[in-house]
Amino acid sequence: MPMKIGTNDFKKRVENGINDSFMRGAVAGAQERMGTRRQDAADELGNWEEWRNLGEEIRQHVLDNLDYYLEQLSENIAKRGGHVFFAQTAEEANDYIKDIVKKKNAKKIVKAKSMVTEEISLNSTLEQAGCTVVETDLGEYILQVDDHDPPSHIVVPALHKNKEQIRDVFTQKLGYQKTEKPEELAWHAREMLRKEYLTADIGITGCNFAVAETGSFALVTNEGNADLVTSLPKTQITVMGMERLVPTFEELEVLVSLLTRSAVGQKLTSYITVLTGPREELDVDGPEEFHLVIVDNGRSKILGTEFQPILQCIRCAACINVCPVYRHVGGHSYGSIYSGPVGAVLSPLLGGYDEYKELPYASTLCGACTEVCPVKIPLHQLLHKHRQVIVEKEGKAPISEKLAMKAFGLGAASPMLYKFGSKAAPAAMNPFTAGDKISNGPGPLKAWTEIREFPAPNKERFRDWFENREKGGGES
Amino acid sequence: MKVTLFATCLVDMFQGNVGKATVELLERLGCEIDFPESQVCCGQPAYNSGYVKEVKAAMKSMIDTFADAEYVVSPSGSCIAMFHEYPHIFKGDPVWESKAKNLAAKSYELTQFIVDVLKIEDVGARFKGKVTYHTSCHMTRLLGVKKAPMILLGNVKDLEFTELPSKEQCCGFGGTFSVKMAQISEQMVDEKVMHVEETSADYLIGADAGCLMNIGGRIDRKGKPIKVLHIAEVLNSR
Repeated sequence: MPMKIGTNDFKKRVENGINDSFMRGAVAGAQERMGTRRQDAADELGNWEEWRNLGEEIRQHVLDNLDYYLEQLSENIAKRGGHVFFAQTAEEANDYIKDIVKKKNAKKIVKAKSMVTEEISLNSTLEQAGCTVVETDLGEYILQVDDHDPPSHIVVPALHKNKEQIRDVFTQKLGYQKTEKPEELAWHAREMLRKEYLTADIGITGCNFAVAETGSFALVTNEGNADLVTSLPKTQITVMGMERLVPTFEELEVLVSLLTRSAVGQKLTSYITVLTGPREELDVDGPEEFHLVIVDNGRSKILGTEFQPILQCIRCAACINVCPVYRHVGGHSYGSIYSGPVGAVLSPLLGGYDEYKELPYASTLCGACTEVCPVKIPLHQLLHKHRQVIVEKEGKAPISEKLAMKAFGLGAASPMLYKFGSKAAPAAMNPFTAGDKISNGPGPLKAWTEIREFPAPNKERFRDWFENREKGGGES
Repeated sequence: MKVTLFATCLVDMFQGNVGKATVELLERLGCEIDFPESQVCCGQPAYNSGYVKEVKAAMKSMIDTFADAEYVVSPSGSCIAMFHEYPHIFKGDPVWESKAKNLAAKSYELTQFIVDVLKIEDVGARFKGKVTYHTSCHMTRLLGVKKAPMILLGNVKDLEFTELPSKEQCCGFGGTFSVKMAQISEQMVDEKVMHVEETSADYLIGADAGCLMNIGGRIDRKGKPIKVLHIAEVLNSR
């Protein structure tokens, strides 16, 4: 499973996450900074809820008419001399790109901005084919230099590393000799990368949004590297998830505004690169050959199901930046390049329940993710739907839990049973009770009382008090 | 005004004081309280864990229990949020969808009822102490009640209020999450307790028995001198 990261099981991954105090400090700090900036950027618009409604409407409209817009997009790209390839699977996408590489006899590839190429493991495919692949987004570059450490956040992939660690990586792998000052580190990366752009045979990018009406694709970056990746190499390949479309530039403007504000609290970003096909006669730069690879890889199976809203996602990571679970376990705990609430919904859909059955339960359903999502994906509800599928269709819930829930269902549906049970509870719990609390409970209480005290059941239930009072017998 | 009380199973079995305070408070505000004894649990623990089929019978039983009520009021934001979810759960069911809608439309969390229906912002309470308040996720986000508890606490005499840092951050309860993901839950509740300590408040107030059981249970285990109270108890103090 290509989007899978690491080999540890969920429990071990969570344990590693919780024990990584540096990562947790970095995540908490980043969540606070980005959370505040996001809020300010949203408040500044004044009518944020209307913007969200518009964002949701645009994304839903595109998904409901995806065939139409994909066709329009590919026709317009073809008109401008570009090539479009629909890849059903990761393998198909990789094979197509490998073929181009062979035809061009390409040795070096520079890349910018792409989650979907991570998802399909494009880099390792190209490396196996004998190419050098260079990531040019600073965060991705750091991870690549550090022996392909996987990303832990959608928009800040190297969030789990501090500047000292980055300095050490650069020193060991690149012969870097300066300090851990971010400016010096960034300058070094910049110097290294400049040479790569100039000598690369092919540029590969992701795609934030493709504009169907014009056959264009847009990249939102802060480092300007996408401009160089798309203008210097002679051949340009863009890889996009099949849902990342907008009808026209008008909708692009809305979604880019929602994206940058939600991701890091920017009104706009430093660079928005929009390209339309290969270079034309009077163009001064741009690729001579352009390919757009549209990747399905499981997405069309989500269309038309109750999980369709997850395809509205514009990868802003606002949900990650508010998630109280992500805050304590970090991105690598999710075992997928897609982490946080969006990852917990998406990973089981793309990678299967066998691999990701724990993720839908790694949430308190607190709804913070749903509240911030700029395109109104009901994330906590989708997590709940996953649980329902796991219990009802997949049959993957533990038997003890099934029995307990069945018993709960019966007890809660029968006032007689409940009354009997709740009346008997104080006596049943007596052996475990000290004073008014239970410190070492049996059965399902064990996990609770390992961490917290559990209250002993009241000897007089509230309902008994109320009944006595009605009869005039109770104190008031 | 006739009010039908939904005490919730946690209050019924573990937090009788909260139930009593709710009754006394509402009576003081001029309500006549009715408690249908066939009420059990809203079904949230099983529902949230994905056991929807298993828990529908319990939900139907609750819908019937409150069918004749004029207003249903509960000292728990999350249980009322669950009632508001019923119409979606029974969507398309020819009999139960409209019954569920009926229940949702007349169900209120306690502070929401006092402020929005009774139109009372000062319940005439007096409570001496430094308090802070944890906003429960289900009450604020799913039910959408944010202001009512703040308005009511703001008018309690002698009460010294101090804002809880990151008050909207989940406490790590989440029903079965608290035991299923105990490791993560522990980190979340610890952060919550840390924030409560930062306020140097003597009392932590909340409006949801589940969250209070979680945070209170951890405070107790750690031997911290902070008392945990339900908002009904504070509003009922004189």
